[in-house]
Amino acid sequence: MKFTSTHEWVKKEGNLSAVGITEYAAGELGDIVFVQLPEVGDNVVAGEAFAEVESVKAVESVLSPVTGIVKAINEEIIDSPELINEDAYSAWFVKVQVEQEGELISQQEYLDLIK
Amino acid sequence: MTKQTPLYNTHINLGGKMVTFAGYQLPIQYSKGIVFEHKAVRNNVGLFDVSHMGEILIQGKGASLQLQKLMTNRVDTIKDNQCRYSLMLYENGTIVDDLLIYKIDNENYLLVVNAANTQKDYEHILKYIDKEGASVTNISDDIAQLALQGPNAYKVLSKLTDIEKLANKSYYFTCDVLVGGIKCLVSTTGYTGESGYELYCKASEVESLYDKIMEAGREHDIEPIGLGARDTLRFECSMPLYGHELSDKIMANEVGLDMFIKMELDFIGKQALKNHTPQYERIGLKLLDKGIARENNEVFDENGQSIGYTTSGGVCITLGGAYAMARVKKGFEGRAYIDVRGRKLLAEKIAMPFYKKEK
Repeated sequence: MKFTSTHEWVKKEGNLSAVGITEYAAGELGDIVFVQLPEVGDNVVAGEAFAEVESVKAVESVLSPVTGIVKAINEEIIDSPELINEDAYSAWFVKVQVEQEGELISQQEYLDLIK
Repeated sequence: MTKQTPLYNTHINLGGKMVTFAGYQLPIQYSKGIVFEHKAVRNNVGLFDVSHMGEILIQGKGASLQLQKLMTNRVDTIKDNQCRYSLMLYENGTIVDDLLIYKIDNENYLLVVNAANTQKDYEHILKYIDKEGASVTNISDDIAQLALQGPNAYKVLSKLTDIEKLANKSYYFTCDVLVGGIKCLVSTTGYTGESGYELYCKASEVESLYDKIMEAGREHDIEPIGLGARDTLRFECSMPLYGHELSDKIMANEVGLDMFIKMELDFIGKQALKNHTPQYERIGLKLLDKGIARENNEVFDENGQSIGYTTSGGVCITLGGAYAMARVKKGFEGRAYIDVRGRKLLAEKIAMPFYKKEK
């Protein structure tokens, strides 16, 4: 699993990569109540917003860690956004066929960042 | 320069996530989060630090008459130890603040006002009040306020004071109540739609009062509650909030609070209201599309005509689903679209309050 400095994670799963937000980001947002995802087939661009996540109090854009094409979206988090608060690293947002990675950092670098 | 309430360290120790609100450092939430806190107040009991609220004393032989010049609601019929909600207006009919009047007796009134408006209110009152008739004193820095809210609030308070001596009807209060040995004014008021109390004491004693209430509440699983849940609780009950539904840009007869505006009285701003046919009104909207409207989203009717904007929006935690209050052209009925960052979300007008406690 790799990270962005803007609190997203990306993890290779076969020939696709799952993308989500970090536990720290979910914790900072508070109770998440709504997620807006792209559609399958949409292009995502590294460093650009591809989803929105809303907590009771705040709205945040989620930036894509990679450039590529969305191959799957997680319907489960649309119906139950609280899954992101419960386990941010299994609550993936989209799975992307990656054309190019953005600026990614290691877990240790990410942990140092949020210290 | 932001201020701290006397409970700043208490909030930090409880895991409060601090934000600046109305110039004060206050917790938006504690570690368990807004949804948990919201439900704790609806189903059980929670304790809020609302020491940021302003308190202004109006005292003297002419207090009642002087105050009436400024209040849209009746002052003369308030009983001793009763609270009454009122608006205070500018000459042009827009709103200075919404507040609670506490009548101690004919010569002593306490106004409890919004934190962000305290200084402005104080100056407004001074401008219009006849100093021969009444004195005006801003005691906000000396007074702290806690809100103990929820269906089990009385169980907690009855461990600390003789609850029989307190008013049992809502919107009444009792002075000089000893709560865990600390002298308080206790009113049966709140901003949550639940039964409960607001307690006023000396700022220097509030830390001790807070600890005693939390200790007494432990067996009832009392929770500390932050500003986030304070807002979701009031929003769910469709209570207006100054700076959102009410402001100095909005005419007082366009906000759905006409029952608190007595046009037979002669108050500052009355003439302007008399001359102003309401163009807008405050309505409730329930979102039918997925998504959440927030404040200041434009509202369109089904023909695509802009009819106004949302003043508050979010999820109703008890009810589920997204709702909004909006200021729209008077007479609107049916379905509307709310522009949420470029997405037009379908919504329908519904009655307020969104949520009302079953008695």
